[in-house]
Amino acid sequence: MAAGTGETPMLELRDVSVRYGQTLAVDDVTLDLPAGHVLAVLGPSGCGKSTLLRAVAGLEPLTHGTIRADGHDLARVPTHRRGFALMFQDGQLFAHLTVARNVAYALRLRRTPSSRTAARVRELLELVGLIGYDDRLPATLSGGERQRVALARALAVEPRLLLLDEPLSALDATLRERLAGELREILKRAGTTALLVTHDHEEAFALADRLAVMRAGRVVQAGAIDEVWRTPVDEDTALFLGYARVLRGDAALRVLISAGLPGAAAVAVRRSALVVDAAGTLAARVESARVTPDQVRLVVEVDGIGRLDAVAPLDSRVAPGDRVRLRVDVTRLAGLPIVAVR
Amino acid sequence: MRRVAALLALALGPVLVLGVLFVLPVTGMVAQGFWIDGRFAPGEVLDVLARPRVHRIAWFTVWSSGVATLVAVLLGLPVAHALHRLRLPGRSILRAAVLVPFVLPTVVVGVAFRTLLGEGGPLDFLGLDGTPIAIVCGLVFFNIAVVVRAVGSAWESLDPRPGEAAAALGATPVQVLRTVTLPALRPAIVGAASVVFLFCATAFGIVLTLGGVRYGTIETEIYLLTTTVFDLRAAAALSVLQIVVVVGLLALSARLRQVPDPTVQRVVARPRAVRRSDGPVLAATAFVLVAVALPILALVAGSFEVGEGWGLGNYRALTSYGDNQALLVPVTAALATSLRTAVDATWMALLVGLLVAAIVTRRSHGVAERRVRSVLDGFFMLPLGVSAVTLGFGFLITLDRPPLDLRDSPLLVPMAQALVALPLVVRTLIPVLAGIDDRQRQAAASLGASPARTLLTVDLPVVWKPMLAAGGFAFAVSLGEFGATSFLARDDNPTLPVVIYRLIGHPGEMNYGMALAASVVLAATTACVMLAVERLRVPSLGAL
Repeated sequence: MAAGTGETPMLELRDVSVRYGQTLAVDDVTLDLPAGHVLAVLGPSGCGKSTLLRAVAGLEPLTHGTIRADGHDLARVPTHRRGFALMFQDGQLFAHLTVARNVAYALRLRRTPSSRTAARVRELLELVGLIGYDDRLPATLSGGERQRVALARALAVEPRLLLLDEPLSALDATLRERLAGELREILKRAGTTALLVTHDHEEAFALADRLAVMRAGRVVQAGAIDEVWRTPVDEDTALFLGYARVLRGDAALRVLISAGLPGAAAVAVRRSALVVDAAGTLAARVESARVTPDQVRLVVEVDGIGRLDAVAPLDSRVAPGDRVRLRVDVTRLAGLPIVAVR
Repeated sequence: MRRVAALLALALGPVLVLGVLFVLPVTGMVAQGFWIDGRFAPGEVLDVLARPRVHRIAWFTVWSSGVATLVAVLLGLPVAHALHRLRLPGRSILRAAVLVPFVLPTVVVGVAFRTLLGEGGPLDFLGLDGTPIAIVCGLVFFNIAVVVRAVGSAWESLDPRPGEAAAALGATPVQVLRTVTLPALRPAIVGAASVVFLFCATAFGIVLTLGGVRYGTIETEIYLLTTTVFDLRAAAALSVLQIVVVVGLLALSARLRQVPDPTVQRVVARPRAVRRSDGPVLAATAFVLVAVALPILALVAGSFEVGEGWGLGNYRALTSYGDNQALLVPVTAALATSLRTAVDATWMALLVGLLVAAIVTRRSHGVAERRVRSVLDGFFMLPLGVSAVTLGFGFLITLDRPPLDLRDSPLLVPMAQALVALPLVVRTLIPVLAGIDDRQRQAAASLGASPARTLLTVDLPVVWKPMLAAGGFAFAVSLGEFGATSFLARDDNPTLPVVIYRLIGHPGEMNYGMALAASVVLAATTACVMLAVERLRVPSLGAL
């Protein structure tokens, strides 16, 4: 859970709590973010992740705990002296300023000479692919363009930490996918350390290399993104990470044995964990089949386990009522050490 | 074509009302200036405008209004921030307290300031009584609520996140205010400032009671020229000047001000806790609250002062005719007249205002219909651009002969007051009616509702509260109306503001005490009406 590298992490959160009146929005959170990495805090809405982000930005006072940046305590450092940049869900561009003035905002605050400002603005607009947009007003831009301007504005003064509040979720699906790739590329090229909060695991996977899962104000799991993804700590985490179903007891054991894995109290399976394969070890009856662009999605009644999702290659001909054999794809399930008591 | 015809038929009523009760009197008034003995002589108007006294008066109007506007905005901004953005204890009470001066009748404001600054008053030592500073103070006192309300409601619904983004980019709180917050508030500030300037430049009651004979604005000069000097030509010339200036100002402010889209849901930001850095803002707010409370307290205290002691003598005297027979009717009778008049003015203003608002906000099909509608919209806003004094004077000289001899009609005063209140009623109702998505009506109709049923189920539930509020406004405006009423009210049947003005003009200690007591009664009545309106929570001043 600690920083993968030996050096001091760029951002350290120790026992951070934030209270709003009676509710504890952030409860005893400890996190590390090494320089140059992108950490996604993933959680359902209302879990306190945005409050955590605002606390790091200095917009919410801490009830308890410390936040350090590059080893220095931030308790007495106001927002505008932290050297971070904050990017909101919907950009929050300054509506009365043109695109170029928006991007140059932080540079002008620092009284950067105008020739250097102009050069930097051009460079940034090129980086986000908006050359020639200098004199447009935010109201004339599309959602995706606005987000890119917001990103350029945030990167203008090379913040030591970029804070992203659901940067893509206000966009539609196709745009989101495209911008996610670009954003990741831009962050990597600029070597920016970033903290991202989101409720969308796709967004987290698209942008981050580290992941912290947050629930009811607490961080329940944190680590490298693939590690968290492969070994969720519990049922709720698994379901939130996009696993379709969690099996327990005998059913779990049968699936694990078929996959050649050691036994566990429960197992989380993705939709594509069971694949139709004549050499498979599980037998099942097809209940329904639906063709998608990539594969055929099935609902099957697995003998001795019950109803589960499965997939078949597009060229296979399976129809409801057919008996099929299923193979378990080891990379698409995760054994769970504990089971939630219900 | 049929729709345009239907629209015109519907508009006929209000157009006729406005034509007879507004266009006719005002043109009659203007004609007084331009036609002499049936001959068109515009040169006379220019002669009047060249008089040094007119220059002095015009200059005084401009600078006193300008300074008052500036001061009201500067004092109003911190108060707007404190009362709409910070989590202060007793916020709603403080907001209502700041609103009180605006709903006070102007004559009452004048009397309160005289009590505060005048001989023997608590602030007599400042020597401000009868100076232009006193007039400016009175104007600021009256108008600061407009700034707090209009800017405050804009500030309240201002998204805090751009400011937070700026802070995260390294902007200090002062830089955030300068580069993000104030630019976002500019339409509201400009709108409020232009309305305040308009109110100041056409202020009548406050200037007349505080300025005496030495200082006057165009508005009080028109009054003096008509009632004391009987120089109707000069009065008409000044009216024309005022109409031109005011209409120009209104057009300018309409251009400067963005009209917020009424269908957009207003987001009210969560007020934040008070921080130590809010000290200056809180100090300014406390100063304004005290400054607003002082004249009112002085007025109330003065009303209980009898001779050397305290008592209810001034209030008991309200049933009398005053010292030296100052009055033809007792104050209590004037109060009854005021209330009756206000009831009549209210239903008239509501009836016409509702029709106007409905006509203006219905969606147009086709270009011709839209043009007709926008012409009507402009026409119905005309009363906003003409001063009450001009209107009253116009009534006096045009509605005095058959077939329109309304001189002795008991409805003359209510009609004038309804016209004064009309723009406020219309401005309160238009955003509400325009905010109803037409698709709601279409949905109701498609589900089988008749037009009447649609009106009942879609429009009425949204409109009834703003309608009550607009009625309350009209009632309060009518209670305090002094400009037009001072011309029209008959001596044997005056309204309360007219009686108060007469009492302070008549010598006799009892008369002044009675004026104070009557002012308190009038202020309390208006304040009750406005408090009831305030409880309806209809954004009204902000929409002005």
